[in-house]
Formats: sequence, structure tokens, C-alpha cells
Amino acid sequence: MKKRPFICLSEPHLEYDVIEPGCKPNVIPVPRKAVLFFDKTYDKKGAPLFKEGDRVKTGQKLILYADSEEYIISTVTGTISSVSPYAGDFGKFYTSVQIDVSEDEADDAFEKVSAEQSIETVRNYLSYLPGNLPIKSFLDPGNKIDTIVITGVDSDLLVVTSQYIVNSKMEHIIKGIKILRSIPGINNIVLAVRRDSLHGYGNIGAEVKNISTRYPSAFRQLVIKESLGREVPAGKKPEDIGTCVINAEAVASLGAAFLNNRIPTDKIITLINKDGAGKLVSARMGTPIGDILKALNITLNHGDRLILGGPMAGSPVYSEDYPVLPDTDAIMVQDKNYIQPFSDYPCINCGDCIRICPANIPVNMLIRYLEAKMYQQAADEYDLYSCIECGLCSYVCVSRMPISQYIRLAKYELAGINTAEAANA
Amino acid sequence: MPNQKKLIVSHAPFCHDGSKISTRSNSIMLAALPAVLHGCYLYGLPAVGVVALSISTAIIWEYLINLLTKRPATIGDGNAAVIGMMVAMLFPATTPWWAVITGTFVAIVVGKQIYGGIGGNPFNPALIGIAILMLSWNNIFDIDQALLNYEFNFTAAYPLVALKHYGVSSVDSFNLAGLLMGNQTGSIGSGFGLALALGGLYLIIRGFIRWEISLSFLAALLITSLIFQLYDTGKYAGPLFHLLTGNTLLGAFFLATEDSSSPVNFIPMIIYGAGTGLMVMLIRNIGGHADGVIFAILLMNLTNPLIDKIRPKAMGKVNSHA
Repeated sequence: MKKRPFICLSEPHLEYDVIEPGCKPNVIPVPRKAVLFFDKTYDKKGAPLFKEGDRVKTGQKLILYADSEEYIISTVTGTISSVSPYAGDFGKFYTSVQIDVSEDEADDAFEKVSAEQSIETVRNYLSYLPGNLPIKSFLDPGNKIDTIVITGVDSDLLVVTSQYIVNSKMEHIIKGIKILRSIPGINNIVLAVRRDSLHGYGNIGAEVKNISTRYPSAFRQLVIKESLGREVPAGKKPEDIGTCVINAEAVASLGAAFLNNRIPTDKIITLINKDGAGKLVSARMGTPIGDILKALNITLNHGDRLILGGPMAGSPVYSEDYPVLPDTDAIMVQDKNYIQPFSDYPCINCGDCIRICPANIPVNMLIRYLEAKMYQQAADEYDLYSCIECGLCSYVCVSRMPISQYIRLAKYELAGINTAEAANA
Repeated sequence: MPNQKKLIVSHAPFCHDGSKISTRSNSIMLAALPAVLHGCYLYGLPAVGVVALSISTAIIWEYLINLLTKRPATIGDGNAAVIGMMVAMLFPATTPWWAVITGTFVAIVVGKQIYGGIGGNPFNPALIGIAILMLSWNNIFDIDQALLNYEFNFTAAYPLVALKHYGVSSVDSFNLAGLLMGNQTGSIGSGFGLALALGGLYLIIRGFIRWEISLSFLAALLITSLIFQLYDTGKYAGPLFHLLTGNTLLGAFFLATEDSSSPVNFIPMIIYGAGTGLMVMLIRNIGGHADGVIFAILLMNLTNPLIDKIRPKAMGKVNSHA
């Protein structure tokens, strides 16, 4: 990663990486064991609609509980070997479905209905696509979405997945845009791409806007601000102002599903090696990350760090068995010798974080409140909720304080307090 | 599974730009070094003694407080050494040893550590040390008296005192180029204007001090002194004389820019710097002290928490009071 430059008149600039032209992804073979995650806590009492020993086909829709509409798509063919809970980040639980993989066999349920390109088909079959299409967000009439922003740039540094999709799968994206256009209420679709890559896209059915190449301009809130001129209020989601941000891969997958009459199952991933070099791979969703590392001869040792996402805003996982999910845009491996500890030094008020913060947060004051666990005051007076969690404050902190981490903790704690208070009221 | 390999998990971000407090402190000391060396050259061994004693005792006081409060040793960050160096730069060369030790004691203990150490001090610690000594033993800081036994090949009177007591006509005996090159008496580190300015420029380029403060300080000082001079040429000296004498450049680049006691937002930095420059000129031209830099900075340190509330609107902030 970039170090503080010798000449540092203004804040350090972190530029997004450009994808190398002609870059092709390495195809990872289908794993022998695949893992699929349900974004729901495993409930032992509620009888799952499938159980160990059941056979599933590629593209088959799996519903966990009868009383819920949520489903996942099996990305492989095989026998379910276990259904178990999985503890994730911030006390979140998933239901993990393990499948022993056998020869690919396609499920034909989607093929039968795919001729009819309706919203219902999208809702019923396409919520588990590579790129993580946020179906609930733009199909929920309560959200009143009128604008969709497609991001052709990855929000984190070193990650080039979306750029690859925009460069190589434009026809899928155009098809995807056509389908998004047919959603009632949507009157504006914008494709946001790098400022320096604005070459002719022709008539793609969406307005092409360019955004800055400087980190963190591809974060959702900043993309909306730069391409639409709208500002997401602090603590709110883009959906609250009628905007939905979708990454390019999800739109391309949506288009590909109808072009090929098959639900796509392969995810494009930027794999960032220990030396910081990126490499594109294409893997079946559900492939354990360990299998990808093995295929590329990357060794992961005791004390290393495995990150889903990029160096600034990714999330770490504790096991190599973690699978590739629809939103796994990047996998980063960090050597233990590179990992720098944070310190318990106080803020020295140097102002570097203030200058680099894209959201104009008074970080120097905020961190003093957060250290004292005064979360509510931090939110009321020092703009805790304006934070977009880009991590730049921690990156430049001369005291090496875990500022961004403190902010996430504060938001988590406040969410807990607010839930408890709402329950008591 | 006890022999399973364990991975490190922590929240993003996973990288750092490599900056350290010690780099910062070392750079500040490096930038101040030419001016200090010039002082040592000009005033000889007594000055070397004051500088060495000041830096070493500052570090010792900090370490003793670390031991006393049972906290980890913080002398490695170099901040105590910086404070010791700044205190030494503000002393005349002949300062007695006990005054140096008292000065660094007040600076480190009263100025910094009782507020919780680095980052917590509301005032510049070095200036607290010097200000307390000035109020207690003012004669130590009488430059003309302190340097009585020295022979110089330039005008030996302390320029600002000469101006205060003998009027503008006495200013004619100093030429500006000589003042810039350090041909003036004063405290150990304040005389060599060129070295201080280059040191300050180095720190600005490295990003270790905030240029807004230094520049607005100097601009306000020049403008205010110009207004005074235009008002009464016979009574007040010109802007360049004030720029190059006393502690002006030391204050602008090394003292007013102390991190913890100065603002970090743009408009507050300008107000803070400009306010300091203005106060310096008011004290010099109207007040009772020959040089006002120390008290002017301390006064503006006092306003820092208030003026630093002027800040840009955070992204997505909705004004609920409207």
C-alpha cells in the first residue's frame, strides 16, 4: 500500500487501480464440496424444507423455511451433506448449507419461465446472482425507487472486478438495463464509470456519468452525490431518497440470465495476493476460499489475514472454509509480517484525518467521545452517522488509532441501544 | 481443533500509511536544529549547556511522570524532546541551570502531563514553562543583561527592547539582511531568521505543521505592523523589522503550530493564526512587553476549542434546529 509521501502539502491521494487491458480471469474448477449461505439464523425448530441427503441441481431454488419468501439458488449439483449455523461478523448468524458436489446437471425451472421477461420472474428466481442484485431494495414499492445507479468502479482499492465486467460484458449489462427499465417507477438509470475511461459506450439505455478516480469516490453515497447531485442524509440508506445502487456485475448477471436462459453461477473475483498484486479469477459461487487459494498456489499461514473485499473496507474471515458469496468482489490475503498493530496512543490533534475525511466529519473530536464511550453525544454533536466507513482516518492516523473501527463499534452499540429502547417503549 | 491454523481478524482498514509520531518529532527537531546550532555558535558553550540540559531534563521529567502514574513510557515518541528543545530555544544563553530544570518541569508536568500527556494539553507546553518563568524571574529573560559579557561584531542591543525604549531611530542601527542572517542578540533559537524560515518551510512541505497557521500568523503580523507604521512612522517600526526580530519566526513555525493547542479546521486555523499575529503586534506596540509572541500564542491557545467549532457541514447532515 501507498506510504505517506515525503512531500505532503495536502492529504495523500489514493487512486483506484486501472484494470490491465485484455486481462482474463483464471477459471477455478468446480469444488468437490460447496457451501451456500442463507442470510438467516438457523432455526432448529422451524423445519427446513430440505435436509441432509437431499439431491439438488445447478440452478435449483432452495427455500429454507416455508413461511419465508427468501431463497437461494444452488450453484452446483450434488447431495446436501449438512445444514448448520455459521457465526459471522458483529454477532450475525447465517445458515450454512454444505453440498457434496457431483456432475453438473441443470435445473430447468428458470428456463421454462425465462421467455417471459417479467418482474415476477426476476423476483422469483434472480435474487441470488453474482454481484448480489438487491431485489428487495428496488422491487419493494415502499422504497419508491425512481433512480438506479450502476457502479462500474469497485468501491475499494486494488479491486477491479466491476471494471472487468464493464469492459468485457457490455452486452449483458445492456440487456440488464433493459430489464431494469421495465420496472414500474424507474425513470432514470445511470452507469457510473471511471473519469478516464469515458470512451464511446454507444446507446446502452442508460446515462453514462463519470466519477473521480480517487478513493473513496466509488462509495455508494459519494457516487450518488457525484453523479446525481443528491445527498444521502446521515444515517439513511440510498433507498430512502429513492435511489438504488447496483454494481455492474449484478446487472450483467441479470442480463446474462435472460440472454442464456440460465441463472449465472460464476462470480468474478479480484484476488489480491500477499504482494498486493491483483489477479482476476472466475469461481463458482459456493466455492470455499481455501480451494481458490489452493488452485492458485497461494499459501495461507498461521497468523495471516484473509479478507473479503479490499484493503480499506473489506471484512476479515476466520476460516478458509468461507465460501464465495454473491457479493464477494475480492479476496485479499495479507502476510502476518505486513499486519501492523494499532496503538493505544491518544489523538495528538494533527488534523490529518480532518483533511482526508470525504464526509467532513470532525474526526478529532469524534474520536475523543468514542474513546470515552459517549456514543450518543458522538452521534448528536459530532456527525457519527455521516461516516461512510471508507477507513481513510485509520489509514492516515499518526497515532495509529483504530478510528474507523471505533466508529463501527459505536454504530453497532447505538443500534443495540436503540433496539432495546424501542422494545421497552 | 487445537492445531488448526488461526487467522488474524480485525476490522477494516487493513493498511496504514506508515506515519509515526516519532518521525514527526524528529522532523521538527531537525528543522529547528540549524537555528539552535547558530545559537550555540554565537553564544558558545553556555548555550550548548542550556540546550543539552533542557532536552535531557524534559525527557527525564516525562519518564518520571510515566513511572509515577504507572503508565507506559512515552519518551520514545520524541515529543518531550521537542518540548525541551523549544524551551531551550526560548532561553537566553546564560540562563542558570536551576531555571532550565524548573522551566522543563513546568513545561512537561504542568504544561502537558497533568492533562493526560500528548494530545491533551490545551496550551503549548513549552510556552507554559517559559511564561511561568517570565512571571517568576523576569530578569532571566532580560536579553541585554543576560548577554552583558559577550562581544559581538554587530549591534549588541536586543532589537525589540531598543525599539521599545529608544524609539524608531534606534532601529536604524540594524540592517534587515543582518537580522535575517542571525546578526542579532536574542534567545538561543530565535535569532537566525533564515534558518527558522527554511525549517518551517521544510515542515510545511513534509505536512508536519499546518501552513494555514504559519502563513496567517505572518500575514496578520505584517499587515498590523504596516498599519501601525502608516499611522505614525515616527513611533512604530516597519513590518519587516518585526518579522525578523524577537520570537516572530520561531513562534510562527514552531510554537503556534503545536498540534494539540491549535485548531485543525481551515477557517479556525486562519482565525487562530491571524489572531496571534495581531496580538503580537498589539503587545509589542501598545503593551508592556518588548516581545509579545509567547503571551499572544498562549492567549490564542485559550480560544482554540471555541473557534475550532467553526467547521464545514458534514456530509448528509440534516439541520434539525431549523
